[in-house]
Amino acid sequence: MKSIIKYKKPKSQYLISVLSVVLVSLLCLFVRDIIEYKVVGYILLVTVSLLAIFLEIKPVLVGAVLSALALDYLFIKPYYTLHIDNAEDAFLLVMFFIIALINAVLTNKFRRMQRAIHIIESRASTMKLYNTLLDSLSHELRTPIAAILGSIDTLQQKSVNLSSETQEKLHSEIEKASMKLNYQVENLLNMSRLESGYIQPKLDWCDVKEIIYNVCNRLTEETKDHKITYYIDDNLPLFKLDYGLMEQIIYNLVYNSAQHTPKGANITIKAEYDVDADYDQHIDLIKKCVIIIADDGYGFPEAEIDRAFDKFYRFKSAKTGGTGLGLSIVKGFVQAQNGTISLKNRDEGGAEFTLEFNVDCLPINSLKNE
Amino acid sequence: MNKGFSILVIDDEVQIRKLLEISLEANDYKVLFATDGKDGITMAASHQPDLILLDLGLPDEDGQEILVKLREWFQNPIIILTVKSAEEEIVKALDHGANDYLTKPFRTQELLARMRTALRGNTIKNNNEPISIFGAVSVDFVSRTVKVNNENVKLTATEYALLTLLLKNDGRVLTHQYILKEIWGQSYSEQTQYLRVFVAQLRKKLEEDPNRPKYILTESGVGYRFNSG
Repeated sequence: MKSIIKYKKPKSQYLISVLSVVLVSLLCLFVRDIIEYKVVGYILLVTVSLLAIFLEIKPVLVGAVLSALALDYLFIKPYYTLHIDNAEDAFLLVMFFIIALINAVLTNKFRRMQRAIHIIESRASTMKLYNTLLDSLSHELRTPIAAILGSIDTLQQKSVNLSSETQEKLHSEIEKASMKLNYQVENLLNMSRLESGYIQPKLDWCDVKEIIYNVCNRLTEETKDHKITYYIDDNLPLFKLDYGLMEQIIYNLVYNSAQHTPKGANITIKAEYDVDADYDQHIDLIKKCVIIIADDGYGFPEAEIDRAFDKFYRFKSAKTGGTGLGLSIVKGFVQAQNGTISLKNRDEGGAEFTLEFNVDCLPINSLKNE
Repeated sequence: MNKGFSILVIDDEVQIRKLLEISLEANDYKVLFATDGKDGITMAASHQPDLILLDLGLPDEDGQEILVKLREWFQNPIIILTVKSAEEEIVKALDHGANDYLTKPFRTQELLARMRTALRGNTIKNNNEPISIFGAVSVDFVSRTVKVNNENVKLTATEYALLTLLLKNDGRVLTHQYILKEIWGQSYSEQTQYLRVFVAQLRKKLEEDPNRPKYILTESGVGYRFNSG
C-alpha cells in the first residue's frame, strides 16, 4: 500500500480521483429515481474518503469539489442546474462539502505522521546494523592490535628479565595477531570489491585438487588442532574457474570451520564431478564441479541457518569472534563464477557446505601423453 | 656474505623504508633510498646498484612505466613490491623485465631469500654443472636421466623439458605464459590446461608428497617457482 502512495505519479492521481467520482456518479444516475439524493450524498462521501486513503491531498480535494458539484448538478432537484430550491438542500450540500474536506485533510495528516514514524524506524534499524558492524569490526581489529602492542610493551620492559622462551612466545603472539589482522583486512577489501561490483572473474583452467591442498597447506597453523581428511578424485578434470576467487572461497570456509569447531574436530573436503559414462569422447561437455566442506562440530542453529551468508550476520550463540564477512564473501565469490552454495546441518552433527559450479571441464587423461 | 652489494629501495612509504633499512643493513647490504620514480631513476643511473627493490604504487608515476624505463638500460635484478590481489599487475611487471615480486605484507626472510636468488643469477648458467640434485632427486643433463632415491624415473620429453626449464630458473618465478611459450611454443601461450596437467604429473613423479610440494611451487594466479631448498 505504501509503495502505491509513494510511486504513483501526481498526474495519474488526479485522473483516478476524477474518474472515480464520475464513475460513481454515473452509476447512481441509473438508480436516481429509486434512491434519495441524500443516500447518493453518502455514497459520494464514502468515495471521497476512500480516495483520501490512497491518494495525495490535492487530488482528493479535487475529487471532493467535483463530487459536491455532481451531487448538486445531477441529484438535487432541479436536475442539470446548480440552482438549489430550498434551504435544507443548500445546507446539506455545504455540510457534504465540509465533511469531504475534513476527511481528506485528516487522512492526509494521519498518513504523514505514519510516514515519519516509518522513517524513524528504518533509521533506527540502519543504525543498529551499523553499530553491530562497528562492534564486531572494532573487536576483530582491536583484539590483534592489543595483542601486538601488549607483547611489544612486555618485550620492552627493562625492569623484567624475560626468559628466551617467554620472548619467543611473545614474538609468536605478535606474528599470529598480525596474520589475523591481515585476514580481516583482506576480508574487508574483498567485501568492498564485491560491493563495488568490481569483481570480474578471470576464468582459466584450474586444478581444483591443487587449489584445495595449496590453501590447506597455508592454513596449517590455523588447523593444527583439527584433522582434515581429503576425498579428492585423482582424475578430477580441470575446471574453468577463477583461481584466486576459488582460493579465497576454500580459505574462508576451512578457516571458518577451524574457528568455530572444538579442538580435535574433523574437517572433510570432498571434490567430485558429474560422472558421464563416455566423457572421454565428449571433452567439451559441460560438467559440474562439486566441492563439499563438512565438519563434525556444533553445526549452525537451525533457526538462523538461512542467515549464515548474510553480510555482518553473527549467530546469537557465537562465542568466538567474527565480523560476519567471511561467509558472505564466499557466497559473493561463488555467485561471481555462476556457482551455487548451500549449507545444512548434517544428521550426524556438524555443518556441511556444498559448492556447485556448472562450468567447462577438461579430463586430464586427454592431455597427459602429449 | 652480502658485503658490497648495494640495494636501491624505491618506495614512498617511510615505514617500509625504515624496516628495509634496518633488516637489509643487518644483513650487510648497503642500502640507498629513493621516494619516487623520478628520483629512483636518477639514483639508479648515478649509483649503479646491484639490485633494485621497486614499489609499484608510487605517487608520481605508474610503477610499470618506471620499470620499463629502468629496463631500457639497467641490467641488474629488479624485484617489485606490490599489494595483494594484483596478479595481473605482477604478471605485467614480470613481462616488463622484473626478476621477482613480493606482495605486501611480506616476510623479511622471504625478501632476503628472493634477493639472494636474484643476485646469484641463473645457477646453471653460472656453474655449468652436468648434474643437478635437489632432495632425493638427481637430474643428469648429459644422459638426460632423472633418478629419485637412486632409481630411474621415466619422464616424457615434455616433462623433461619442463623440469630443466624450472631447474635453470631455480628460485625464480616463471609466469604461465612464459613457460607455455618456452616448452610448447608461441601459439600455446594461453593453453594453461597443459601446464596444469604436466606440473601435476611432474610433482607426482618427483615430489615426496605431491599434494604438499617442496620443489615445484605454485604462485597463485602468476605461475610457478622452482625451489631447490
